[in-house]
Amino acid sequence: MFGFYEVAETNKMIEHENLDVRTITLGISLLDCVDGDLSVLKEKIYKKIIKTAKDLCATGQDIEREFGIPIVNKRISITPISLIGAGTCKSIEDYVEIAKTLDKAAKVVGVNFIGGFSALVSKAMTKSEELLIRSIPKAMAVTERVCSSVNVGSSKSGINMDAVRLCGEIIKDTAKNTAKQDSIGCAKLVVFCNAPDDNPFMAGAFLGVTEADAVINVGVSGPGVVKKALESVRGQGFEQLCEAIKKTAFKVTRVGQLVAEEASKRLGIPFGIIDLSLAPTPAVGDSIAEILEEIGLERVGAPGTTAALALLNDQVKKGGVMASSYVGGLSGAFIPVSEDQGMIDAVLAGALTLEKLEAMTCVCSVGLDMIAIPGKTKAATISGIIADEMAIGMINQKTTAVRLIPVVGKDVGDTAEFGGLLGYAPIMPVNEFGCELFINRRGRIPAPIHSFKN
Amino acid sequence: MKKCIVTVLGQDQVGIIAKVCTYLAESEVNILDISQSIIAGFFHMMMVVDVSGMKKDFAQVCDDLETIGEEIGVDIRCQKAEIFEKMHTL
Repeated sequence: MFGFYEVAETNKMIEHENLDVRTITLGISLLDCVDGDLSVLKEKIYKKIIKTAKDLCATGQDIEREFGIPIVNKRISITPISLIGAGTCKSIEDYVEIAKTLDKAAKVVGVNFIGGFSALVSKAMTKSEELLIRSIPKAMAVTERVCSSVNVGSSKSGINMDAVRLCGEIIKDTAKNTAKQDSIGCAKLVVFCNAPDDNPFMAGAFLGVTEADAVINVGVSGPGVVKKALESVRGQGFEQLCEAIKKTAFKVTRVGQLVAEEASKRLGIPFGIIDLSLAPTPAVGDSIAEILEEIGLERVGAPGTTAALALLNDQVKKGGVMASSYVGGLSGAFIPVSEDQGMIDAVLAGALTLEKLEAMTCVCSVGLDMIAIPGKTKAATISGIIADEMAIGMINQKTTAVRLIPVVGKDVGDTAEFGGLLGYAPIMPVNEFGCELFINRRGRIPAPIHSFKN
Repeated sequence: MKKCIVTVLGQDQVGIIAKVCTYLAESEVNILDISQSIIAGFFHMMMVVDVSGMKKDFAQVCDDLETIGEEIGVDIRCQKAEIFEKMHTL
């Protein structure tokens, strides 16, 4: 039972420590929309999204009001469009038309992002999947709320290096097409290894083909709450530190579970998973970097950062799995740069580099996220960075991702401004030694051996 | 029974409980328990209430209580009890 103290604690977390539910994401399968005629396909997609999601935002707002817990985003994930458009789309323009339809539907139902303009090409690309990937730069330029992702590798099938090479070029083109807004199109484009089917977080959300017709997935958050809890164990041992993280993660996840159950009941759509992620925002006190600094680092990026992050990530999961029986998605601490004031400060102070961030992605979800790099960075270099990150995911059997923004016209020393939850980012230097000969090889990196772990 | 928690936080003054209770009675909300304390001049109150007989819309009651709070300069929240139950009990 709870009493005066517990009620006050919960409300303090909500009011002063940025406790919120980060997203209710409604997954909608579009498999039954497939049609040979583009205009019919668009019509079917539009109608299905409107019909399934018409009450999503209102229901989210009702739950917010009744429980007094902010639900920051209401979003939609859909079946990867490369599968839906395969029999219909014969050109880049055809895929762009579908992206526009998705954007329109998202605006009508009032969600801020719709994810699933995606292709899963971890082993090889079909003609249609390649077309979708080539349509991304234009689709990201002419839409506002559509998010795109490409899965280019997996632990089971290896890394599709042809897709990695193509993604480097696509990221460059997307940056060019949205150059006036500091290349913001790239903030809506993620390249994955081992992409999960049930991720509720953008920009990488899509609804896998193994999923139901519609499903509610919820992403929790709460870096500020964890940071505050850790202030009470300053100077104490690792056991006390771990206990504090676990207890907090449990409480935060329970709120997510409650919101998920309520949303599922009210919308009449089955509950899928809770994504146990610590997701920062640019708001002060809502930062993963601040947690790591509270654990004992002068700045994120200092020696010890990877170990501290590994500990944090593991304890969040241990506390969270006790609170919900269905955990999925990405589940871990996110370390985006532009969305976390502490990370931005660490970059500006010279403490945090791209290489250290890469090391950090070995022990947490998800990857090199929201990192602004010089606009002059070559496509092959971007592909090289993607390949490195995919290799980490493939070998370690975890999800990894890359969301890099080569900001057109800007270089180290400049700042890119994205606005809102996407924040702003100092341009980070990139190792300029070439990797063209490696990237220009054709084919794929074979799947790794799953024994002799060293 | 549909349990909700009403919390009031702010500068202590005459009539806070009276105002809140009057509104709850008008709204046919049954008060099950009240606990209250003054910490450093600040008034803290937690009420456990049953809203199963309430005729008004829940969101309306939340809004009205917030407005009453604004009028007398305190912060009033009304939340369904499940959020606290879920967070603080195994």
